[in-house]
Amino acid sequence: MSDAIVVSDLVVRYENVLALDGASLTAGFGQALGIVGPNGSGKSTLLKTIAGLLPPAAGSVCVLGKEPRELPPGTIAYVPQIEAVDWSFPATVWDVVAMGRFPRLGMFRRFGNEDRKAVRRALAQLRMEELSGRHISALSGGQQQRAFVARAIAQEPRVLLLDEPTTGVDERTEESLREVVRELVGAGLPVLMATHDLERASDWFDRLVVIDRRVIAIGTPDEVARSGAYAAIREHTHTHGHMRTDR
Amino acid sequence: MIEQLVAPFHYAFMQRAFLTAILVGVLCATMGTYVILRKLAFIGDGIAHASFAGIVIAYLRGTNFYLGAGLVAVITALGIGFVHRRGKISLDTAIGVLFTGAFAFGIFLMSRQRTYSVDLQSFLFGDILSVGPQDVVMIVALALVVGIVTTLLFRSLLYTSFDPVVAQASGMNANAVEYVLLVLIALTIIISLQAVGIILVAALLVTPAAAAYQLTDRFAPMMALSALFGALCAVGGLYLSYYLASASGATIVLVATVLFFASVGGKQVRLAIARRT
Repeated sequence: MSDAIVVSDLVVRYENVLALDGASLTAGFGQALGIVGPNGSGKSTLLKTIAGLLPPAAGSVCVLGKEPRELPPGTIAYVPQIEAVDWSFPATVWDVVAMGRFPRLGMFRRFGNEDRKAVRRALAQLRMEELSGRHISALSGGQQQRAFVARAIAQEPRVLLLDEPTTGVDERTEESLREVVRELVGAGLPVLMATHDLERASDWFDRLVVIDRRVIAIGTPDEVARSGAYAAIREHTHTHGHMRTDR
Repeated sequence: MIEQLVAPFHYAFMQRAFLTAILVGVLCATMGTYVILRKLAFIGDGIAHASFAGIVIAYLRGTNFYLGAGLVAVITALGIGFVHRRGKISLDTAIGVLFTGAFAFGIFLMSRQRTYSVDLQSFLFGDILSVGPQDVVMIVALALVVGIVTTLLFRSLLYTSFDPVVAQASGMNANAVEYVLLVLIALTIIISLQAVGIILVAALLVTPAAAAYQLTDRFAPMMALSALFGALCAVGGLYLSYYLASASGATIVLVATVLFFASVGGKQVRLAIARRT
């Protein structure tokens, strides 16, 4: 089978900053690919470009054989690192998760039984049924994160992109996120996830890619650990990570 | 009491005024839901002011009011949207520059006419009693267009209002939706100009929706409540202005203002009760 996602020599720029400089990687169907790297290494940029939110300056991104923006609505589900939404927006957990159905419905189809079922399933998968009527401003950080992942699941996407979903969440949230990812991978989805949690990489991922504007290492979590790129990155994070926050 | 409620309807111009008031009230309040949640209040005000230049040009050239004002309003809306996306200046600066410029241009043109003062006032503050049969046709047609497009784009507008980035990633075109929304807001403003005028239309876009926002925490009920408030304010304000012989636009807006403060009070009471139990 051909690869679900093919990134070739990808270069992405913000104004004058070079965020990615020639990154190449592939992800297969039914595969969880973890993306690790120091702060500012381009993890988020990579995910955003695959999601079609940023244009490549050079190189290409190919998702299911097409450019991201040419895919049918609802194909890609993306969960950003920080949800910059207005928490006072008039919406309950149910309302937010239901939005996941909107792209595929387009302008003319009704929100029907099928959609309600998908929303309920997604809520159940993230153990949020009892919170479905709660306003989003009344959720904890972990619950908010689960609500946004539930929305991504309700979308029934063909590709799932997660940007550090486990940062700052409780263990229960992390546990249910991991279950969800494994389940989707089992169902044949490609799942790409940026993370900084290297210790548990082998529980989460089939393959791991270490990036720092370009790909430093790629392989199974064990292979990557043995390659030493792992340790180099931690070193790097330590020295450069602090310098970056000082800017 | 019945007599007092029916009395204004003896006049055809009052019937037209009531129909216009309800349409304008409901439409402004519905679009106002997006204006509030997307924080576009200043944009609404800017579009209304800028359309003044179009009104004056149409007036001086003897062409249709709606055409002149509509063209300028839509162009301004798209221009603001473009500057918002691409520009390096902040949005409020862009609006501040664009709309005051267009407004000043309108006044400049108007002031060179001898009889400008009377007409200027009716444009600025509206005159709902002057809505003619042809105006009603135009208002109904434009209201239908706005209503249909808003219904078709309901889910896109909702999703992109809440979370434009994720909506975009999932394949929606958040940029296009925003431009369409700005045009819808521009059309809503045009429909409302004759009823409430340039200065006060911003209040109708913001106040009923802001009142509804106090009382509900879900989107669709907020929009429905806002539309109801818009209609109530329009009808109530018009009755009051009829019996108090006051300016209709200003009276409608004042009723809305009172309703807003009542809603804020209602919310406080509700919170206080919730805290006790």
